[in-house]
Amino acid sequence: MNPGGSLAMNVDAGSNATDYIRHHLTNLRLDLTTGQIDSEAMHFWTLHVDTLVMVFGLGAFFCYIFWLGARQATAGVPGGLQNFVETMVEFIDKTVKETFSAESRVIAPLALTIFCWVFLMNLMDLIPIDMVPSILSAVGVPYWKVLPSVDLNLTFGLSLSVFALIIIYSTMGKGPGGFIKELLFHPFGPWLLPFNLVLNIVEMVAKPISLSLRLFGNLYAAELIFILISLLPWWIQWSLGTPWAIFHILVVPLQAFIFMMLTVVYLAMAYEHH
Amino acid sequence: MNFGATFWGPMISFALFVWFTMKYVWPPIQQALADRQQQIADGLAAGERGQQELEKAREEVAALLKEAREQASQIISQANKRQAELVDEARAEARAEGERILSAAREEVEREVQQAREALRREVADIAMAASGRILKREVDAKAHQDLIDELAAQI
Repeated sequence: MNPGGSLAMNVDAGSNATDYIRHHLTNLRLDLTTGQIDSEAMHFWTLHVDTLVMVFGLGAFFCYIFWLGARQATAGVPGGLQNFVETMVEFIDKTVKETFSAESRVIAPLALTIFCWVFLMNLMDLIPIDMVPSILSAVGVPYWKVLPSVDLNLTFGLSLSVFALIIIYSTMGKGPGGFIKELLFHPFGPWLLPFNLVLNIVEMVAKPISLSLRLFGNLYAAELIFILISLLPWWIQWSLGTPWAIFHILVVPLQAFIFMMLTVVYLAMAYEHH
Repeated sequence: MNFGATFWGPMISFALFVWFTMKYVWPPIQQALADRQQQIADGLAAGERGQQELEKAREEVAALLKEAREQASQIISQANKRQAELVDEARAEARAEGERILSAAREEVEREVQQAREALRREVADIAMAASGRILKREVDAKAHQDLIDELAAQI
């Protein structure tokens, strides 16, 4: 009817869409230098309150559920929750033992924690994306990113912990001297010492970076697609949203499993002699 | 990107949750699993033992049955032998008794015959005396002819 009006509407819709996407990708930030909630603050000393709450809440949820299941664990016929916890523990224990051959009291519980925790965080991807932000904005919280896996702070927080563990396990497994010797002499012998060192450091640093970027990238892409789908008219959303969500039932545990598995593999490589 | 101080949060909570899992989740579950494994192993061993005991008991029962059967047949054959012996004994006894009775009867008969003969003899003697008295028309003095009469009686 009116081409000009239609164009104006499109521009309007376009800027609305950009705002919508940006809103969904913005964390609730606490500026530590001013003590104010300021989501425009763009420096290091900010805290992502939503990420911290989600991360801690989901981890505590995991601990609580597993504690409930383990608290009254008996050798007799297990109840439903104990059965679930036992299944998880056995699955992780088996997977870890296949990879990490040495005795360790830490690795298997660590792997269980990583798997369940990352799984729960990824699972937040399947919550309808507008639900939590719109509820919280009604009570005055301007931004809320439900999916903590889409925050580099989280993925790097995890992978830096893993990096620290890699160094600790290298030192424990080979001794401080052995670890340094491996860094200096390992692939090509003492005559190419600087080259060895650079290579090993790159290899070591690449591990946490790839670990965290893999998780971040996968879930970021997923979340972005969900945001784009939610921009479609409501009557067509289901036709794309449903297959994508079903696909994510696979991606969510898979990414959690990959993160756990690679952690165990890295620690096994660090601990064992070459 | 918006990388900032937030990453300490996940790091600290990571350590915390791993510690929690290590302390409160992993050991009880592993303990329960190990206990159950032990119980199952014990149960299986007990089952195995029961099976063996059953087998042994079965063998024992078979041996006992065989022994009992042998004993029974032994007892039966003994009883049969004893029965035959008893029958034989009874038969012999009966025969002996019969013979005894028979001989006693025979003796009795003999004695009766003897007595009858004696009585007859006397009677004959008396008749003879009476007859001879009549012939002689006088009283024969029995006392005087006692020895004669006796001799006569003995001859009859």
